[in-house]
Amino acid sequence: MRWMLQFWDSTIGKKYVMAVTGVGLVLFAVGHMAGNLQVFMGAQVFNDYAHKLQSLGPLLWIARAGLFTMAVLHIVSAVQLTMRARAARPVDYVKRESQIATWASRTMRVGGVLLAVFLVFHILHFTTGQLHPAFSKGGAYGNVVIGFGNVWVAIFYIVAMTFFGLHLYHGVWAGVRTLGVAKPNPNPMERKLALGLAIIVWAGFIAVPVGVLLGIVD
Amino acid sequence: MSGAGTAQPMQLTLNVWRQKSPAEPGRMVKYPAKDISPDMSFLEMLDVVNERLIQAGDDPIAFDHDCREGICGSCGLMINGAAHGPMKLTTACQLHMRSFKDGDEITIEPWRAKAFPVIKDLVVDRSAFDRIIQAGGFISVPTGTPQDANALPIPKPDADLAMDNAACIGCGACVAACPNASASLFTAAKISHLGVLPQGQPERSRRALAMVARMDLEEFGGCSLFGECMAVCPKGISIDAIQRMNRDYAFAMATKSDAKEWTGAA
Repeated sequence: MRWMLQFWDSTIGKKYVMAVTGVGLVLFAVGHMAGNLQVFMGAQVFNDYAHKLQSLGPLLWIARAGLFTMAVLHIVSAVQLTMRARAARPVDYVKRESQIATWASRTMRVGGVLLAVFLVFHILHFTTGQLHPAFSKGGAYGNVVIGFGNVWVAIFYIVAMTFFGLHLYHGVWAGVRTLGVAKPNPNPMERKLALGLAIIVWAGFIAVPVGVLLGIVD
Repeated sequence: MSGAGTAQPMQLTLNVWRQKSPAEPGRMVKYPAKDISPDMSFLEMLDVVNERLIQAGDDPIAFDHDCREGICGSCGLMINGAAHGPMKLTTACQLHMRSFKDGDEITIEPWRAKAFPVIKDLVVDRSAFDRIIQAGGFISVPTGTPQDANALPIPKPDADLAMDNAACIGCGACVAACPNASASLFTAAKISHLGVLPQGQPERSRRALAMVARMDLEEFGGCSLFGECMAVCPKGISIDAIQRMNRDYAFAMATKSDAKEWTGAA
Protein backbone atom coordinates (compact mmCIF):
# COMPACT_ATOMS: atom_id res chain seq x y z
CA MET A 1 0.00 0.00 0.00
CA ARG A 2 3.00 2.27 0.35
CA TRP A 3 2.97 2.88 -3.38
CA MET A 4 -0.30 4.76 -2.93
CA LEU A 5 1.37 7.34 -0.72
CA GLN A 6 4.19 7.63 -3.19
CA PHE A 7 1.68 7.97 -6.03
CA TRP A 8 -0.07 10.71 -4.07
CA ASP A 9 3.23 12.62 -3.89
CA SER A 10 3.43 12.93 -7.69
CA THR A 11 1.53 15.47 -9.80
CA ILE A 12 -0.01 12.66 -11.84
CA GLY A 13 -1.05 10.83 -8.65
CA LYS A 14 -2.87 13.92 -7.39
CA LYS A 15 -4.57 14.30 -10.76
CA TYR A 16 -5.71 10.67 -10.51
CA VAL A 17 -7.15 11.37 -7.06
CA MET A 18 -8.97 14.40 -8.44
CA ALA A 19 -10.31 12.38 -11.36
CA VAL A 20 -11.43 9.37 -9.30
CA THR A 21 -13.09 11.46 -6.58
CA GLY A 22 -14.56 13.60 -9.37
CA VAL A 23 -16.21 10.53 -10.89
CA GLY A 24 -17.68 9.61 -7.50
CA LEU A 25 -18.97 13.13 -6.89
CA VAL A 26 -20.45 13.40 -10.39
CA LEU A 27 -22.33 10.11 -9.92
CA PHE A 28 -23.72 11.47 -6.64
CA ALA A 29 -24.66 14.75 -8.33
CA VAL A 30 -26.57 12.94 -11.08
CA GLY A 31 -28.50 10.91 -8.51
CA HIS A 32 -29.16 13.99 -6.37
CA MET A 33 -30.37 15.92 -9.42
CA ALA A 34 -32.71 13.11 -10.48
CA GLY A 35 -34.08 12.83 -6.93
CA ASN A 36 -34.70 16.59 -6.78
CA LEU A 37 -36.89 16.48 -9.86
CA GLN A 38 -39.52 14.60 -7.85
CA VAL A 39 -40.44 18.00 -6.44
CA PHE A 40 -42.47 18.43 -9.65
CA MET A 41 -44.54 15.36 -8.70
CA GLY A 42 -46.07 17.07 -5.70
CA ALA A 43 -45.51 17.45 -1.97
CA GLN A 44 -46.51 13.88 -1.09
CA VAL A 45 -44.06 12.17 -3.44
CA PHE A 46 -41.18 14.55 -2.58
CA ASN A 47 -41.66 14.31 1.20
CA ASP A 48 -41.90 10.51 0.99
CA TYR A 49 -38.64 10.43 -1.00
CA ALA A 50 -36.93 12.68 1.55
CA HIS A 51 -38.24 10.53 4.39
CA LYS A 52 -36.98 7.36 2.70
CA LEU A 53 -33.48 8.86 2.45
CA GLN A 54 -33.57 10.03 6.07
CA SER A 55 -34.58 6.57 7.30
CA LEU A 56 -31.64 4.80 5.68
CA GLY A 57 -29.92 4.98 9.08
CA PRO A 58 -26.30 3.83 9.09
CA LEU A 59 -26.29 3.63 5.27
CA LEU A 60 -26.99 7.36 5.14
CA TRP A 61 -23.98 8.05 7.34
CA ILE A 62 -21.75 5.76 5.32
CA ALA A 63 -22.79 7.63 2.18
CA ARG A 64 -22.18 10.98 3.87
CA ALA A 65 -18.77 9.91 5.12
CA GLY A 66 -17.85 8.70 1.62
CA LEU A 67 -18.98 11.94 0.00
CA PHE A 68 -17.19 14.03 2.60
CA THR A 69 -13.96 12.07 2.12
CA MET A 70 -14.16 12.39 -1.66
CA ALA A 71 -14.83 16.13 -1.45
CA VAL A 72 -11.90 16.64 0.93
CA LEU A 73 -9.50 14.63 -1.25
CA HIS A 74 -10.72 16.48 -4.34
CA ILE A 75 -10.20 19.88 -2.70
CA VAL A 76 -6.86 19.05 -1.07
CA SER A 77 -5.34 17.80 -4.33
CA ALA A 78 -6.76 20.83 -6.19
CA VAL A 79 -5.26 23.24 -3.66
CA GLN A 80 -1.87 21.50 -3.69
CA LEU A 81 -1.73 21.39 -7.50
CA THR A 82 -2.77 25.06 -7.69
CA MET A 83 -0.02 26.07 -5.28
CA ARG A 84 2.45 24.02 -7.26
CA ALA A 85 1.37 25.68 -10.51
CA ARG A 86 1.72 29.15 -8.94
CA ALA A 87 5.23 28.28 -7.74
CA ALA A 88 6.17 26.92 -11.16
CA ARG A 89 5.94 30.41 -12.68
CA PRO A 90 7.33 32.91 -10.17
CA VAL A 91 7.69 35.70 -12.76
CA ASP A 92 4.56 36.04 -14.88
CA TYR A 93 4.31 37.25 -18.45
CA VAL A 94 3.55 40.87 -19.24
CA LYS A 95 1.35 39.45 -21.96
CA ARG A 96 0.02 35.92 -22.41
CA GLU A 97 -2.87 35.20 -24.73
CA SER A 98 -5.04 32.14 -24.19
CA GLN A 99 -4.95 29.99 -27.30
CA ILE A 100 -7.54 27.22 -27.06
CA ALA A 101 -8.16 26.89 -23.31
CA THR A 102 -11.92 27.03 -22.72
CA TRP A 103 -13.48 29.55 -20.34
CA ALA A 104 -14.66 26.55 -18.34
CA SER A 105 -11.09 25.31 -17.86
CA ARG A 106 -9.85 28.75 -16.83
CA THR A 107 -12.61 29.10 -14.20
CA MET A 108 -12.09 25.67 -12.59
CA ARG A 109 -10.30 27.12 -9.58
CA VAL A 110 -12.52 30.11 -8.89
CA GLY A 111 -15.60 28.01 -9.69
CA GLY A 112 -14.35 25.30 -7.34
CA VAL A 113 -14.04 27.78 -4.48
CA LEU A 114 -17.56 29.06 -5.18
CA LEU A 115 -18.87 25.47 -5.16
CA ALA A 116 -17.19 24.77 -1.81
CA VAL A 117 -18.86 27.86 -0.32
CA PHE A 118 -22.12 26.80 -1.95
CA LEU A 119 -21.93 23.31 -0.43
CA VAL A 120 -21.53 24.68 3.08
CA PHE A 121 -24.45 27.06 2.56
CA HIS A 122 -26.58 24.35 0.95
CA ILE A 123 -26.12 21.92 3.85
CA LEU A 124 -26.87 24.61 6.45
CA HIS A 125 -29.86 25.65 4.34
CA PHE A 126 -31.69 22.46 3.35
CA THR A 127 -30.09 19.68 5.44
CA THR A 128 -29.59 21.12 8.93
CA GLY A 129 -31.73 24.24 8.51
CA GLN A 130 -29.66 26.85 10.43
CA LEU A 131 -29.68 29.20 7.44
CA HIS A 132 -33.30 28.47 6.53
CA PRO A 133 -35.98 31.01 7.59
CA ALA A 134 -38.63 28.38 8.48
CA PHE A 135 -37.01 24.95 8.44
CA SER A 136 -39.28 22.04 9.24
CA LYS A 137 -37.86 18.58 9.77
CA GLY A 138 -39.72 16.16 7.54
CA GLY A 139 -41.26 18.95 5.48
CA ALA A 140 -38.79 18.87 2.60
CA TYR A 141 -41.28 20.18 0.03
CA GLY A 142 -42.24 23.18 2.13
CA ASN A 143 -38.57 23.85 2.89
CA VAL A 144 -37.83 24.03 -0.83
CA VAL A 145 -40.76 26.35 -1.59
CA ILE A 146 -39.97 28.70 1.31
CA GLY A 147 -36.20 28.49 0.77
CA PHE A 148 -36.40 29.50 -2.88
CA GLY A 149 -39.11 32.04 -2.05
CA ASN A 150 -36.14 34.31 -1.35
CA VAL A 151 -35.16 35.44 -4.84
CA TRP A 152 -31.52 36.05 -3.87
CA VAL A 153 -31.13 32.55 -2.49
CA ALA A 154 -32.64 31.13 -5.68
CA ILE A 155 -30.28 33.24 -7.81
CA PHE A 156 -27.30 32.09 -5.73
CA TYR A 157 -28.30 28.47 -6.35
CA ILE A 158 -28.71 29.10 -10.08
CA VAL A 159 -25.32 30.85 -10.34
CA ALA A 160 -23.58 28.12 -8.33
CA MET A 161 -25.14 25.40 -10.50
CA THR A 162 -24.06 27.26 -13.63
CA PHE A 163 -20.48 27.13 -12.36
CA PHE A 164 -21.04 23.47 -11.53
CA GLY A 165 -22.09 22.88 -15.15
CA LEU A 166 -18.90 24.60 -16.35
CA HIS A 167 -16.88 22.58 -13.82
CA LEU A 168 -18.34 19.39 -15.32
CA TYR A 169 -17.85 20.56 -18.91
CA HIS A 170 -14.11 20.71 -18.31
CA GLY A 171 -13.80 18.26 -15.41
CA VAL A 172 -15.59 15.25 -16.91
CA TRP A 173 -13.57 15.52 -20.13
CA ALA A 174 -10.28 16.23 -18.36
CA GLY A 175 -10.90 13.53 -15.75
CA VAL A 176 -11.40 10.84 -18.37
CA ARG A 177 -8.18 11.98 -20.08
CA THR A 178 -6.27 12.16 -16.80
CA LEU A 179 -7.23 8.56 -16.06
CA GLY A 180 -5.92 7.69 -19.51
CA VAL A 181 -9.10 5.94 -20.62
CA ALA A 182 -10.22 8.34 -23.37
CA LYS A 183 -10.03 7.07 -26.91
CA PRO A 184 -7.22 8.83 -28.79
CA ASN A 185 -8.90 11.53 -30.86
CA PRO A 186 -7.63 13.53 -33.84
CA ASN A 187 -9.45 16.44 -32.19
CA PRO A 188 -8.63 15.84 -28.50
CA MET A 189 -10.45 18.98 -27.32
CA GLU A 190 -13.77 17.44 -28.44
CA ARG A 191 -16.03 16.60 -25.49
CA LYS A 192 -19.54 15.59 -26.48
CA LEU A 193 -20.10 13.37 -23.41
CA ALA A 194 -18.95 16.08 -21.00
CA LEU A 195 -21.08 18.71 -22.74
CA GLY A 196 -24.19 16.51 -22.65
CA LEU A 197 -23.69 15.57 -19.00
CA ALA A 198 -22.97 19.18 -17.98
CA ILE A 199 -26.14 20.45 -19.67
CA ILE A 200 -28.33 17.69 -18.18
CA VAL A 201 -27.00 18.18 -14.65
CA TRP A 202 -27.14 22.00 -14.89
CA ALA A 203 -30.70 22.01 -16.28
CA GLY A 204 -31.87 19.40 -13.78
CA PHE A 205 -30.52 21.32 -10.80
CA ILE A 206 -31.68 24.80 -11.78
CA ALA A 207 -35.14 23.46 -12.68
CA VAL A 208 -36.07 23.43 -8.97
CA PRO A 209 -35.27 27.09 -8.05
CA VAL A 210 -36.58 28.21 -11.46
CA GLY A 211 -39.75 26.18 -10.89
CA VAL A 212 -40.31 27.88 -7.51
CA LEU A 213 -39.60 31.34 -8.94
CA LEU A 214 -42.08 30.75 -11.77
CA GLY A 215 -44.69 29.45 -9.36
CA ILE A 216 -44.79 25.96 -10.90
CA VAL A 217 -43.76 24.55 -7.52
CA ASP A 218 -45.74 26.14 -4.68
CA MET B 1 16.25 38.67 -48.20
CA SER B 2 15.06 41.94 -49.66
CA GLY B 3 15.08 40.14 -53.03
CA ALA B 4 12.43 41.53 -55.31
CA GLY B 5 12.08 44.59 -53.14
CA THR B 6 8.42 44.88 -53.95
CA ALA B 7 7.16 44.53 -50.39
CA GLN B 8 6.75 47.77 -48.47
CA PRO B 9 9.12 48.04 -45.47
CA MET B 10 7.41 47.97 -42.07
CA GLN B 11 7.81 50.34 -39.15
CA LEU B 12 7.50 48.42 -35.91
CA THR B 13 8.03 48.93 -32.19
CA LEU B 14 9.46 46.14 -30.07
CA ASN B 15 8.76 45.76 -26.36
CA VAL B 16 11.51 43.42 -25.21
CA TRP B 17 12.48 41.82 -21.89
CA ARG B 18 16.03 42.91 -21.03
CA GLN B 19 17.89 41.22 -18.19
CA LYS B 20 21.69 41.40 -17.88
CA SER B 21 22.15 38.25 -15.80
CA PRO B 22 20.18 35.67 -13.80
CA ALA B 23 20.80 37.61 -10.59
CA GLU B 24 19.75 41.04 -11.81
CA PRO B 25 16.12 42.10 -12.16
CA GLY B 26 14.93 42.60 -15.72
CA ARG B 27 12.47 45.02 -17.33
CA MET B 28 10.62 45.61 -20.57
CA VAL B 29 12.40 48.05 -22.93
CA LYS B 30 10.99 49.63 -26.09
CA TYR B 31 13.00 49.67 -29.31
CA PRO B 32 12.06 51.02 -32.72
CA ALA B 33 12.39 48.49 -35.56
CA LYS B 34 12.35 50.66 -38.66
CA ASP B 35 12.36 49.60 -42.33
CA ILE B 36 11.79 45.91 -41.72
CA SER B 37 11.13 43.77 -44.78
CA PRO B 38 7.98 41.62 -44.50
CA ASP B 39 10.03 38.80 -46.05
CA MET B 40 12.41 38.65 -43.10
CA SER B 41 12.04 35.92 -40.53
CA PHE B 42 11.39 37.05 -36.98
CA LEU B 43 14.97 36.26 -35.99
CA GLU B 44 16.36 38.16 -39.00
CA MET B 45 14.34 41.14 -37.83
CA LEU B 46 15.99 40.80 -34.40
CA ASP B 47 19.40 40.53 -36.14
CA VAL B 48 18.77 43.86 -37.89
CA VAL B 49 17.68 45.52 -34.65
CA ASN B 50 20.77 44.10 -32.93
CA GLU B 51 23.11 45.41 -35.70
CA ARG B 52 21.70 48.87 -35.07
CA LEU B 53 22.05 48.48 -31.31
CA ILE B 54 25.69 47.46 -31.71
CA GLN B 55 26.36 50.43 -34.02
CA ALA B 56 24.82 52.71 -31.42
CA GLY B 57 27.11 51.18 -28.80
CA ASP B 58 24.31 49.35 -26.97
CA ASP B 59 24.18 45.76 -25.80
CA PRO B 60 22.40 43.59 -28.41
CA ILE B 61 19.31 41.59 -27.40
CA ALA B 62 20.38 38.03 -26.51
CA PHE B 63 18.18 35.26 -27.94
CA ASP B 64 18.65 31.55 -28.63
CA HIS B 65 18.84 30.28 -32.20
CA ASP B 66 20.67 27.65 -34.20
CA CYS B 67 19.35 25.95 -37.33
CA ARG B 68 16.78 28.61 -38.29
CA GLU B 69 14.97 25.86 -40.17
CA GLY B 70 12.42 25.04 -37.49
CA ILE B 71 13.93 21.69 -36.58
CA CYS B 72 16.48 22.21 -33.80
CA GLY B 73 14.33 23.56 -30.97
CA SER B 74 16.80 26.29 -29.98
CA CYS B 75 14.71 29.35 -30.60
CA GLY B 76 11.83 30.11 -28.32
CA LEU B 77 10.20 33.46 -27.79
CA MET B 78 6.92 34.53 -26.31
CA ILE B 79 5.70 36.84 -29.08
CA ASN B 80 2.63 38.97 -28.32
CA GLY B 81 1.62 36.51 -25.64
CA ALA B 82 1.88 33.38 -27.81
CA ALA B 83 4.75 30.91 -27.67
CA HIS B 84 6.57 31.10 -31.05
CA GLY B 85 4.19 33.86 -32.14
CA PRO B 86 0.90 34.02 -34.00
CA MET B 87 1.53 31.36 -36.64
CA LYS B 88 0.55 27.77 -35.85
CA LEU B 89 2.91 24.81 -36.24
CA THR B 90 6.06 26.92 -36.59
CA THR B 91 8.98 27.95 -34.46
CA ALA B 92 9.92 31.61 -34.03
CA CYS B 93 12.64 31.27 -36.69
CA GLN B 94 10.08 30.17 -39.27
CA LEU B 95 7.70 33.00 -38.43
CA HIS B 96 7.93 35.80 -40.98
CA MET B 97 7.34 39.50 -40.56
CA ARG B 98 4.45 39.35 -43.03
CA SER B 99 2.48 37.85 -40.15
CA PHE B 100 2.51 41.35 -38.62
CA LYS B 101 1.12 44.68 -39.74
CA ASP B 102 2.98 47.91 -40.38
CA GLY B 103 2.97 49.99 -37.20
CA ASP B 104 2.51 47.01 -34.84
CA GLU B 105 3.97 46.97 -31.37
CA ILE B 106 5.39 43.51 -30.67
CA THR B 107 5.92 42.23 -27.13
CA ILE B 108 8.79 39.75 -26.85
CA GLU B 109 9.40 37.83 -23.62
CA PRO B 110 11.43 34.79 -22.61
CA TRP B 111 9.80 31.48 -21.65
CA ARG B 112 8.58 31.91 -18.08
CA ALA B 113 8.96 28.99 -15.69
CA LYS B 114 10.80 28.38 -12.46
CA ALA B 115 12.43 25.39 -14.16
CA PHE B 116 13.60 27.64 -17.05
CA PRO B 117 15.58 30.42 -15.34
CA VAL B 118 16.53 33.41 -17.51
CA ILE B 119 20.23 33.45 -18.38
CA LYS B 120 20.17 36.74 -20.26
CA ASP B 121 17.40 38.75 -21.96
CA LEU B 122 15.39 36.18 -23.96
CA VAL B 123 17.71 33.22 -23.32
CA VAL B 124 16.55 30.67 -20.75
CA ASP B 125 18.23 27.59 -19.33
CA ARG B 126 16.30 24.55 -20.55
CA SER B 127 18.63 21.91 -19.12
CA ALA B 128 15.73 20.68 -16.97
CA PHE B 129 14.53 19.01 -20.20
CA ASP B 130 17.91 17.32 -20.62
CA ARG B 131 17.69 15.93 -17.10
CA ILE B 132 14.20 14.53 -17.82
CA ILE B 133 15.64 12.75 -20.89
CA GLN B 134 18.62 11.51 -18.86
CA ALA B 135 16.21 10.00 -16.34
CA GLY B 136 14.74 7.58 -18.87
CA GLY B 137 14.28 8.94 -22.37
CA PHE B 138 16.36 6.24 -23.99
CA ILE B 139 16.50 2.51 -24.70
CA SER B 140 19.35 0.33 -23.50
CA VAL B 141 20.41 -1.87 -26.40
CA PRO B 142 23.73 -3.39 -27.37
CA THR B 143 25.12 -1.42 -30.28
CA GLY B 144 26.78 -3.17 -33.18
CA THR B 145 25.82 -4.23 -36.68
CA PRO B 146 22.28 -3.10 -37.35
CA GLN B 147 19.79 -5.89 -37.93
CA ASP B 148 17.61 -6.06 -41.03
CA ALA B 149 15.01 -3.31 -41.03
CA ASN B 150 12.22 -5.87 -41.40
CA ALA B 151 13.50 -8.18 -38.64
CA LEU B 152 11.28 -6.38 -36.13
CA PRO B 153 7.80 -5.88 -37.58
CA ILE B 154 6.05 -2.73 -36.32
CA PRO B 155 2.44 -2.02 -37.29
CA LYS B 156 2.17 1.12 -39.37
CA PRO B 157 -0.19 2.94 -36.94
CA ASP B 158 2.31 2.34 -34.11
CA ALA B 159 5.20 3.57 -36.21
CA ASP B 160 3.19 6.67 -37.13
CA LEU B 161 2.28 7.37 -33.50
CA ALA B 162 5.87 6.93 -32.38
CA MET B 163 7.03 9.26 -35.15
CA ASP B 164 4.41 11.91 -34.31
CA ASN B 165 5.72 12.00 -30.76
CA ALA B 166 9.36 11.73 -31.79
CA ALA B 167 8.85 14.98 -33.72
CA CYS B 168 9.25 16.86 -30.41
CA ILE B 169 12.25 19.20 -30.69
CA GLY B 170 12.28 20.08 -26.98
CA CYS B 171 11.85 23.82 -27.57
CA GLY B 172 9.85 24.30 -24.38
CA ALA B 173 6.89 26.13 -25.94
CA CYS B 174 4.52 23.72 -24.14
CA VAL B 175 5.91 24.80 -20.76
CA ALA B 176 5.91 28.46 -21.81
CA ALA B 177 2.27 28.43 -22.93
CA CYS B 178 0.92 26.31 -20.06
CA PRO B 179 -0.88 28.36 -17.38
CA ASN B 180 0.63 25.87 -14.88
CA ALA B 181 4.12 25.89 -16.48
CA SER B 182 3.76 22.12 -16.83
CA ALA B 183 6.19 19.98 -18.81
CA SER B 184 3.60 17.25 -19.32
CA LEU B 185 3.44 17.44 -23.11
CA PHE B 186 7.23 17.29 -23.48
CA THR B 187 7.65 14.40 -21.04
CA ALA B 188 4.63 12.57 -22.45
CA ALA B 189 5.91 12.90 -26.03
CA LYS B 190 9.27 11.44 -25.03
CA ILE B 191 7.62 8.61 -23.08
CA SER B 192 5.16 7.84 -25.90
CA HIS B 193 7.70 7.93 -28.68
CA LEU B 194 9.60 5.03 -27.14
CA GLY B 195 6.69 3.38 -25.34
CA VAL B 196 4.75 2.43 -28.48
CA LEU B 197 7.71 0.68 -30.12
CA PRO B 198 8.83 -2.88 -29.36
CA GLN B 199 12.35 -1.63 -28.59
CA GLY B 200 10.89 0.56 -25.85
CA GLN B 201 8.92 -2.16 -24.05
CA PRO B 202 11.52 -3.61 -21.62
CA GLU B 203 12.04 -0.22 -19.96
CA ARG B 204 8.55 1.15 -20.45
CA SER B 205 7.50 1.15 -16.79
CA ARG B 206 10.74 2.36 -15.30
CA ARG B 207 10.95 5.03 -18.02
CA ALA B 208 7.55 6.46 -17.05
CA LEU B 209 8.41 6.32 -13.35
CA ALA B 210 11.80 7.94 -13.66
CA MET B 211 10.89 10.64 -16.18
CA VAL B 212 7.73 11.74 -14.35
CA ALA B 213 9.64 11.81 -11.05
CA ARG B 214 12.31 13.96 -12.66
CA MET B 215 9.67 16.24 -14.20
CA ASP B 216 8.15 16.78 -10.74
CA LEU B 217 11.57 17.27 -9.17
CA GLU B 218 12.33 20.06 -11.64
CA GLU B 219 9.32 21.92 -10.18
CA PHE B 220 7.18 22.10 -13.29
CA GLY B 221 3.45 22.44 -12.62
CA GLY B 222 0.84 19.71 -13.07
CA CYS B 223 -1.40 19.21 -16.09
CA SER B 224 -4.90 20.76 -16.05
CA LEU B 225 -5.71 19.80 -19.66
CA PHE B 226 -6.04 23.44 -20.73
CA GLY B 227 -4.78 22.35 -24.16
CA GLU B 228 -2.55 25.42 -24.57
CA CYS B 229 0.60 23.30 -25.10
CA MET B 230 -0.93 21.51 -28.07
CA ALA B 231 -2.00 24.82 -29.65
CA VAL B 232 1.51 26.27 -29.64
CA CYS B 233 3.56 23.10 -30.25
CA PRO B 234 5.51 23.73 -33.48
CA LYS B 235 5.33 19.99 -34.18
CA GLY B 236 1.61 19.64 -33.45
CA ILE B 237 2.05 16.99 -30.77
CA SER B 238 -1.33 15.92 -29.36
CA ILE B 239 -2.35 15.90 -25.71
CA ASP B 240 -3.29 12.27 -26.37
CA ALA B 241 0.34 11.65 -25.38
CA ILE B 242 -0.39 12.93 -21.86
CA GLN B 243 -3.08 10.36 -21.16
CA ARG B 244 -0.70 7.69 -22.38
CA MET B 245 1.95 8.95 -19.95
CA ASN B 246 -0.56 9.00 -17.08
CA ARG B 247 -1.64 5.45 -17.86
CA ASP B 248 1.94 4.17 -18.06
CA TYR B 249 2.87 5.96 -14.84
CA ALA B 250 -0.15 4.78 -12.85
CA PHE B 251 0.20 1.22 -14.14
CA ALA B 252 3.91 1.15 -13.27
CA MET B 253 3.24 2.56 -9.80
CA ALA B 254 0.55 -0.03 -9.08
CA THR B 255 2.31 -3.06 -10.52
CA LYS B 256 6.07 -2.65 -10.13
CA SER B 257 7.50 -3.72 -6.80
CA ASP B 258 10.65 -1.70 -7.47
CA ALA B 259 8.75 1.49 -8.34
CA LYS B 260 10.34 3.41 -5.49
CA GLU B 261 13.79 2.64 -6.77
CA TRP B 262 13.02 4.22 -10.12
CA THR B 263 11.22 7.29 -8.88
CA GLY B 264 13.88 7.73 -6.24
CA ALA B 265 16.66 7.31 -8.79
CA ALA B 266 15.72 10.57 -10.47
